[in-house]
Amino acid sequence: MSATADTHGHDDHDVHHHKETFVTKYIFSQDHKMIAKQYLITGTIMGVIGVLMSMMMRMQIAWPEEPNLLFEALLGKWAPGGVMDADIYLALVTIHGTIMVFFVLTAGLSGTFSNLLIPLQIGARDMASGFLNMVSYWLFFLSSIIMIMSLFVEAGPAAAGWTIYPPLSALPMAQGGSGMGMTLWLVSMAIFIASSLLGSLNYIVTVINLRTKGMSMTRLPLTIWTFFITAVIGVISFPVLLSAVLLLIMDRSFGTSFFLSDIFIQGEVLHYQGGSPVLFEHLFWFLGHPEVYIVLLPALGITSEVIATNSRKPIFGYRAMVASILAIAFLSTIVWGHHMFISGMNPFLGSVFTFTTLLIAIPSAVKAFNYITTLWKGNLQLNPAMLFSIGLVSTFITGGLTGIILGDSALDINVHDTYFVVAHFHLVMGISALYGMFAGIYHWFPRMFGRMMNKNLGYLHFWVTAICAYGVFFPMHFIGMAGLPRRYYTNSNFPLFDDTTNANVVITMFAIVGGIFQIVFLYNFFSSMFYGKKAVQNPWKSNTLEWTAPVKHVHGNWPGALPVVYRWPYDYSKPGHDEDFVPQNVPMKEGEEELHH
Amino acid sequence: MTAFLSIIIVLFVAVALWQMVKIFDLAQVGAANTQVADDKDNKLQGYLMMAFLVFIYATTIASFWYLGDLPLTSNSASEHGPGIDNLMIISMVVIFIVQTITQFLLHYFAFKYKGEKGRKALFYADNNTLEFIWTIIPVIVLAGLIIYGLFTWNDIMNIDEDEDPMVIELYAQQFNWKARYGGEDNVLGKANVRLIDIDRANILGVAEDDPNAQDDVIVTELHLPVGRPILFKMRSQDVLHSAYMPHFRAQMNCVPGMVTQFGFTPTVTTADMRLNPDIVEKVLNINKLRQAKKEKIEEAGQELLYEFDYLLLCNKICGKSHYNMQMKIIVETQEEFDAWMAEQKTFANSLN
Repeated sequence: MSATADTHGHDDHDVHHHKETFVTKYIFSQDHKMIAKQYLITGTIMGVIGVLMSMMMRMQIAWPEEPNLLFEALLGKWAPGGVMDADIYLALVTIHGTIMVFFVLTAGLSGTFSNLLIPLQIGARDMASGFLNMVSYWLFFLSSIIMIMSLFVEAGPAAAGWTIYPPLSALPMAQGGSGMGMTLWLVSMAIFIASSLLGSLNYIVTVINLRTKGMSMTRLPLTIWTFFITAVIGVISFPVLLSAVLLLIMDRSFGTSFFLSDIFIQGEVLHYQGGSPVLFEHLFWFLGHPEVYIVLLPALGITSEVIATNSRKPIFGYRAMVASILAIAFLSTIVWGHHMFISGMNPFLGSVFTFTTLLIAIPSAVKAFNYITTLWKGNLQLNPAMLFSIGLVSTFITGGLTGIILGDSALDINVHDTYFVVAHFHLVMGISALYGMFAGIYHWFPRMFGRMMNKNLGYLHFWVTAICAYGVFFPMHFIGMAGLPRRYYTNSNFPLFDDTTNANVVITMFAIVGGIFQIVFLYNFFSSMFYGKKAVQNPWKSNTLEWTAPVKHVHGNWPGALPVVYRWPYDYSKPGHDEDFVPQNVPMKEGEEELHH
Repeated sequence: MTAFLSIIIVLFVAVALWQMVKIFDLAQVGAANTQVADDKDNKLQGYLMMAFLVFIYATTIASFWYLGDLPLTSNSASEHGPGIDNLMIISMVVIFIVQTITQFLLHYFAFKYKGEKGRKALFYADNNTLEFIWTIIPVIVLAGLIIYGLFTWNDIMNIDEDEDPMVIELYAQQFNWKARYGGEDNVLGKANVRLIDIDRANILGVAEDDPNAQDDVIVTELHLPVGRPILFKMRSQDVLHSAYMPHFRAQMNCVPGMVTQFGFTPTVTTADMRLNPDIVEKVLNINKLRQAKKEKIEEAGQELLYEFDYLLLCNKICGKSHYNMQMKIIVETQEEFDAWMAEQKTFANSLN
């Protein structure tokens, strides 16, 4: 059966029989638009928790071991008299990383925008399987709940770093957090991975099978390309993390020795024999590195769309953009060893991984240059979404460039696990992906909620965030260059690093201001949802199909027949047309050519 | 106290902010509530983009001004150190140039081409020559960096056993370091954590019946003779640790169940390094800062005056006291080293 005939059948079903109750519409919804909102709201709540944790960490680093009212209020017994405990500091480091990487920037970002945009931009009624999509969200919800629950465990939440290297994570006697806290962490992540896989499979199948008539792969918006490739990377790499998690559970609870050998701790020799922690590192980073691109690619896709629309210009070098997405995806699966140069693995492997790692700089550079060229001679509409997209390109360049230091094994020897690394990855994947997420929210808010957000609050949000992001992470490179290791509860035992103290205070100030100003966004987001100005159907004069659907919530997206596609999505300011945009469903004029081929 | 005050301030700021936002929001009528940017917005935001470019450059300059001594790019104390430092400086120069230019183009274009009603953008979808150029330039630059990097890496990691390096074991446990020297024969006795016998003070699990082990020397302060190649063998008894010796541009993880290694030749004695003008200045600066928070430091029971020393730090998260897992390293002349070594107990003599 062809794709069109299939969706046509679905169409009839919707129009004639489908009745939505409160439960099926808002809770156990199978509508991709509602699921996208559910992902977004859950991701936002997790994001608030993650950012709050980072602010507490920054306060501890700036004013170590000083009583702090916030700690006393939020950490309870972990901050007797308001002085933070060393164990809980490591737990904050761990849970902040886990939440931000997985729950906010994987599920919150991909989950929201893949769900919202894949059916709408390819011209489909819904995802290939609405049911799996629903299950995927509720598994994510469950894993979020378990992760939050782990914060309240007697011996403390997981505290072995988000990379949870054994033996530290495997032995409850090595650390309080490696008891029940770690068990819950592992269970939560196993469920999270299941959720992510169901989502990814659905995205892949939908993009391959449900494109509307005329929507060839070369007419896909770059958003869809990135969501599609992200899902492919996820399906390749997440199962490997699942295997690592399961093996670690075996080691912890069933006495196997996959990752453990020759351990003497607290006065006794343990029975483990023959395993290796390095094996865990390999399994972890086989996901861990592609994960960076799982986080980053959707943000880049959103940026491509937002920059093209608001420059009123075609994205420059569409084919090169697609090629670099494919190249990045391929390379991302063969570079994991650059996290392990000094793990004790064979130095020859270090050389190989240096080579493959630095290759990634090439497609990344192509993307950055193409964004800049897209701006050139455009007619830039500098709305909040556009500002965040330009901001993304800026942090992507700044953060990406230091990758050529860290990817170089010889240099990594000395800056490995210092604040230099923290600065690098926060800029290139953390801040960049967050900017992408913000750009996406500002841009598609009218599509999601039928209302507009407040522009001036959006500007305020961007500028304060942009200044604070650089204020936090730019000086941090220099602290790292002074050799300051990350994950230290306090640096006061090393007079050697005393000259970084003032810089740390400045960084913390920026972090606090930047964190607090996210209130502006939250206020704007939630109040606009109810009181924002009603949106028109195509507020940005955009070409992609989601803006051809009515503002009102329609189960099945288009009330009538599905739109048919005649052109690529980037016909902005095309000569021969009166308007500066030509939506994809407008037929070619006589003698008009698809200029990009 | 400062922390407490700052929290209160922060809370006040948050409340004030919320209020301001509400007023700000209410004061707006109709038009400003759409997100669509008009010419006025574009103009203002375009200028702000240029201002932001200035901010990025200013942050860069300020960072170099206040934190630019970059201790990890100069005054290395090992033979391979200058190689790493050179590569680091070359990479930083490349990064600096690319960063300055691309950030300029990005923000300048955002300013220059800010939208105006009625203007039409240039339809410019492709240019193979341009794209070829900015593919090939990174390829060439990276090829250079990769080749230089790989030579440096191989140079460091290939340990030449013919040079007769002194063999030293670095032994990690939560949360301290021990070092074991091979002794007269420069051969480490066999060891395994299963042989640890606390009652007999055999804390490293050295095989008591191994003849090579008898003259081993176990210490808690690392002494190295200057100019002699050293081969470190790393072991851990419990969790992952990482032996990080920043001044020597050296680092290697300590992995339970296996022995890892790293080799270098120290080139500057501690005494000489303390006389290095850069280090003198750094120490002066640090002591000035320490003087300012004298009470806190004395309350914590630490020495007020800082004197430069090489350090071995743990740089892999290893549990609660990870932040204080360190060992002093002293590089000295061969004579001083021999004199110190003569005072140490051998393994055979240290057992109960």
